[in-house]
Order: sequence, then C-alpha cells, then structure tokens
Amino acid sequence: MQMNMVQAINLALREEMARDDRVVLLGEDVGKDGGVFRISEGLQDAFGPQRVIDTPLSESALVGAAIGMAAYGLVPVAEIQFMGFIYAAMDQIFSHAARLRSRSRGRYSCPLVVRTPYGAGIKAPELHEESTEALFCQMPGIKVVAPSGPYLAKGLLLSAIRDPDPVIFLEPTRLYRMIREEVPEGEYAVPLGKARIAREGGAVTVIAWGSMLERAMKAAEGYDAEVIDLLTLSPFDAETVLDSVKKSGRAVIVQEAPLTCGLGAELAATIAQEAILHLRGPVLRVAAPDVTVPLAKLVDHYLPSVERIRAALDEILKY
Amino acid sequence: MRRANPRPPVDSRLSRAKLVSMAEYIIDSMTVKRIEVLDPRGNADEALLPPFPDEEIRRIYELLVLARAFDERALTLQREGRIGTYPSILGQEAAQVGSALAIGKEDRVFPSFREMGAQIALGYPIPLLFRYWAGDERGMRSPDDLDVFPICVSVGTHLPHAAGAALAAQLRGDRCAVVAYFGDGATSKGDFHEAFNMAGVFGLPVVFICQNNQWAISVPVERQTAAKTLARKAWAYGFEGVQVDGNDVFAVCRATGAALEKARGGGGPTFIECLTYRLADHTTADDASRYRPDAEVEEWRNRDPLLRLRLFMERKGLWSDADENEAWERARGTIDEAVREAESAPPPEPGEMFDFACANLSPRQQRQREELEVRQVRQV
Repeated sequence: MQMNMVQAINLALREEMARDDRVVLLGEDVGKDGGVFRISEGLQDAFGPQRVIDTPLSESALVGAAIGMAAYGLVPVAEIQFMGFIYAAMDQIFSHAARLRSRSRGRYSCPLVVRTPYGAGIKAPELHEESTEALFCQMPGIKVVAPSGPYLAKGLLLSAIRDPDPVIFLEPTRLYRMIREEVPEGEYAVPLGKARIAREGGAVTVIAWGSMLERAMKAAEGYDAEVIDLLTLSPFDAETVLDSVKKSGRAVIVQEAPLTCGLGAELAATIAQEAILHLRGPVLRVAAPDVTVPLAKLVDHYLPSVERIRAALDEILKY
Repeated sequence: MRRANPRPPVDSRLSRAKLVSMAEYIIDSMTVKRIEVLDPRGNADEALLPPFPDEEIRRIYELLVLARAFDERALTLQREGRIGTYPSILGQEAAQVGSALAIGKEDRVFPSFREMGAQIALGYPIPLLFRYWAGDERGMRSPDDLDVFPICVSVGTHLPHAAGAALAAQLRGDRCAVVAYFGDGATSKGDFHEAFNMAGVFGLPVVFICQNNQWAISVPVERQTAAKTLARKAWAYGFEGVQVDGNDVFAVCRATGAALEKARGGGGPTFIECLTYRLADHTTADDASRYRPDAEVEEWRNRDPLLRLRLFMERKGLWSDADENEAWERARGTIDEAVREAESAPPPEPGEMFDFACANLSPRQQRQREELEVRQVRQV
C-alpha cells in the first residue's frame, strides 16, 4: 500500500499494539487528538485510553513514568512532541533510561522507545526544528535511530519496540508527508545497528541519515557516488561505512546538525583511524553552521543544500 | 480513571454568585493532619497504637538497633578507607524502618540514597549494602524476590519512575502499591512536581514518603520552601498529605500502612511527610558544623527514635538492660558477619563493566571489552 511516513509509523504502532498487549503509548495529545502530527490517529479508539495515554504536560515525568512502566514489564512508546522539548527529559534519559540495566546489574531493564519528530524546514516556531542527535549518541546504553522514509520507518520502529534496551527514535519531520512509497502491512523488521546502501557507486562514499538522506540522494545524481543511509546512529554500522570508503577512497558526510561535535565528527574519526591509508583526500563534512537553528526566513541558508553537497562532491573528486 | 478534582456544577456556582454579589468566598481549603503515637519520653497514645504483639515490638526495636549498628559500622569503615563516601542515616531509623515494616512483598519500592534502614527492614542483604558503598556495583542488584529499585542518587528523579510503575500496576489491575522515598531537598525539584501531578491526575496506587530531615546538605528546609509543611504540597495535586512524627516508629508505620491499604484498594496516592532530623553530616565528605548550630543538633538528640521506643518497652516491662546489651551484641554480630561476607567477595573483573551495558554489545563495545581484557592479561 502506498503511504507516507506518518501513516507508516501509525501502522507500525497499530500492529505492534495488536501483537503485544504490553505495548502502550503515552505522551502529550497522543490520545484523543491522535498526536499533533496525527501519528497516533485512531489508536486510542482501537486500544483504549489505558493503552494510549494522554499525559499531563510533563516531558520529564512522561519519560520517567515510561521508565517505571518498562521496569514493571510493559513496553512503553513515549512521544515527545518536538525534539526541542526532549531537553526537559534529558535527565530521565541520561541518568536513568540509559543506565538502568547497568546500575541494577541486569535486575531491571528499560525496553522503552522515545519517539520524537526532529529536524528543520517545516516553518515551525523555535525549538521545533532541532537536530541534536549527537547528544544521545554520546550516551552509552541507548540506541539512536533515524529513518529516512516510510518503509524504513515502519520496519525500524518494529525493531525499536522489540529491542530490549531504550531507543531514541528520531522522525524527520520534513519528510513526514514528503515521500510516499509502498509499505507492506504485516511484520517486517529493519534491523538496528545496520546501515543500508541506498545507492551504489564507486568514486565517492556519501554518508547521510534521516532528513539528509533525501538531499544526499538528489545530490548524488550524475555522480559515481555510493550513498550510505546510516539508519541507526548509535551504535552505527562502522563496517558498512568502512567497506565503502575503502573501495571509493573518498568520503563526504552530510549532517543536518551543527558541525562541531556532530555525529559526522565521530564518523570522520572512525574513517581516519580505520581507513586512512585508503583515502585519496580529506574526509569532508557538509553540516549546518555552529549557530542556533534559525527560523523560517533563514533556514534554507542553514540546512545543507543539494548544491552544497554537490560542491563537496566536486571538491573531493579533484583528489 | 478517577476524576481527581470534580468541579462543582456550573448552575450551583451561578446561584451562589447571585447570593453573594461581587463575591469573594472560599471555594477550596485543606487541612494537614499530624500523626503522633509515641512521645519522646516513651508515652504512647494507646488508641492509636498499632496492635503489635509484644514480640513484634521487640523485633521492631531490634531492627532499629540493627539499622543504627549498620550505620555506625559504615562510618567506621569509611574512616578506615574500606568503603567510599557514605551518607549516614543516624536519627532517621524510625522513619525508615517504620515505613518499611508496612510494605508488603507485592509492593515496589523506589529508594533514595539515604534509606539503608528501610532497605535492611525490607530484607535487602546487608553484605550487598556494604559492597555498594565500597564501590562494587554488584551490590546494586536487589535479590530476585525483592522489588527494590537501585537507589536513586540524582535527587528526586526517581519519583516519576514510581508514578510509572504505579500506572503500570493500575493498567494491569495488580493489587499492589508503589512506594517512593526521598528527602526534603527533593521537594524543590521539578520531578517531584511532575510525578505528584501525574499521580494525582491518574489516581495512582503510590505512596510518597518524604524524610524531612530538615537539611539538604547545608540548606535548611525553610530555604527549600516557604510552605508551612511539606505535607500540604500534596493537596495542590489533589490528594492527601499528612505529617507524622518521623522519630516515632509507630506513627510512621501506622500512616504508611493506611496509605498502602488505600493505594492497593484503588483509593489513589498519599504523601507522608516524616518530620525527622539528620543527626550526622550529610555524608562523610561533609562537615555540618560549618552551617548549623550544635544546640539544634543536641535538641534533636533528645528526640532519638530508639530511645523513646526503649523507654516505652521498659515501662511496659518488655525490655531490660540485659535485653539492651544482648540486642546490640546480636546486631553488631550480624554486622560483623555482613562485613566479612562483603569483604571476602572477589573483586569484580574489569570486563564486568560491559556485562550489563546493554542486552547485546555492539561490535565496537565487544572490541573494547576484548582490548580491556587483553590489557589485563598483559598487566598494562
């Protein structure tokens, strides 16, 4: 069936809730309203208000309560309405979700998914367009996932819900309704920790994820470029990245987040450490500048564009 | 789900407004109850005394002694460098033991870091407590038959977990309650507010137990809040808050038992403020004489929770000096044995830091573990 990412995520939630009665949703406006992006549309009608819970406006408590529910034996999927509001729940994610298994020495675990729309380009107010995935990648004990399209979103969310550890699930808001593609009903899992070769090529490796995959693919048209869709940002699939870079000898990393200490830095360091003798030139990063995400009037100058990615490809191909 | 705060019907408000024009009238009020059973001289209010057989009263006293003997030994071990920084529970034994006595096996407990008395009364193995405070993480794993969460170090951030566990219990229809312990400092944290609010909104089976020991390191409770009591905060979230004499083991036990029964029966949350006092420094790394007067500490020494129960038992002919000596001997013997057991446990292997990092190690983590173990073999 043809569907967009909103519909695909909704279907994944619906199927997982029907399969396993331990799966519960909680968040702000997720019930009656179906979520501000309509991700959970119809789910409260289908599964009742005890399993699709409208919480008070409390990001810390809703993630904290989800941790308590997970430790109790449920499988909560918490929605943070926009990534900029997840900062209020960072203490819960970092101090507790990430380390509950470790600090209880395996007695308790936290099979929790925190879903949140992320990324810029939707003409929304401040703190509605953040892309701070690297913060989460620095924290051991949590996985970070960012799908780049409807089919992958459904399969990755299924894997995230079934994962025994906490997963931060970042949904690229800009792509929510941009891409429609065939999404099958029924179970299929896209495994966590595995990248995907979105496009084969031999002269340069482009690494992107989430919202930037679509731009990286557009930019690659007309180049002998291999595009890797990272999918899981932590732990990321170094093997697929390195195999490709060793083959092409050139790497361009595209990240929506500000340049400094972004996930691209870790990827570049990994490539330098493991594959430097295969490189023909420097590892290039196309990223946002180190400034606060601007509002709509300037955001096009902030986000990596297809043109900037192409310029990086042209530059690296000189080597 | 229970409606926490049913509003008055609109037309009755309208009719009242007509009666009192330009109205200012009371639409909401609260009362905060304080519960005392045993006074500092050991006199009990027999009507409020829980119906404990004599043997149980002696057992409760021995648990208080055991908690204090644990604390005494932990402080000594810290000075000898055998454990790390340690937060004393001295003076708070009744609030901890008294509340824990009311908790059932089916209930779940989310402790803070100064609740070793409660942990001991709940049956948490004492050697594990010593191992934890000596820096051995294996002490954090509670036994499988005991649902006690690892202690929360980040103040008050575990209160939402208690609300979540209670929400899960409610969803599952389990007849159990959840208990969260915290101190007066935690009541200034956002998570306190968020968790209380959620508990009230959903009518959750949770009992919040604050040990108001009146000092959060150097800041007195008057600087945490302008509220007259901490108990009154619960009323703003739509449920009952009570204050108990936290140095009165009977009052604490009575209040906790009633709150747990209410929670298990679907009556929603309760907040119990145990007014007590931290007789010792915040931790072994602190010097409380820098910020609080000796006279205040002395005054609270006279309200010692062990002393008043001992006086009560002596008056009832349940206790003698010989019993007292034997109780301490037994407690110190138990603690000696626990220390021996804790210290004879083999130290953790370095690679164990990866054991529970996550369910399945990533390839990079596996490599890091192997590298660590190779370094260990080569002694580098």
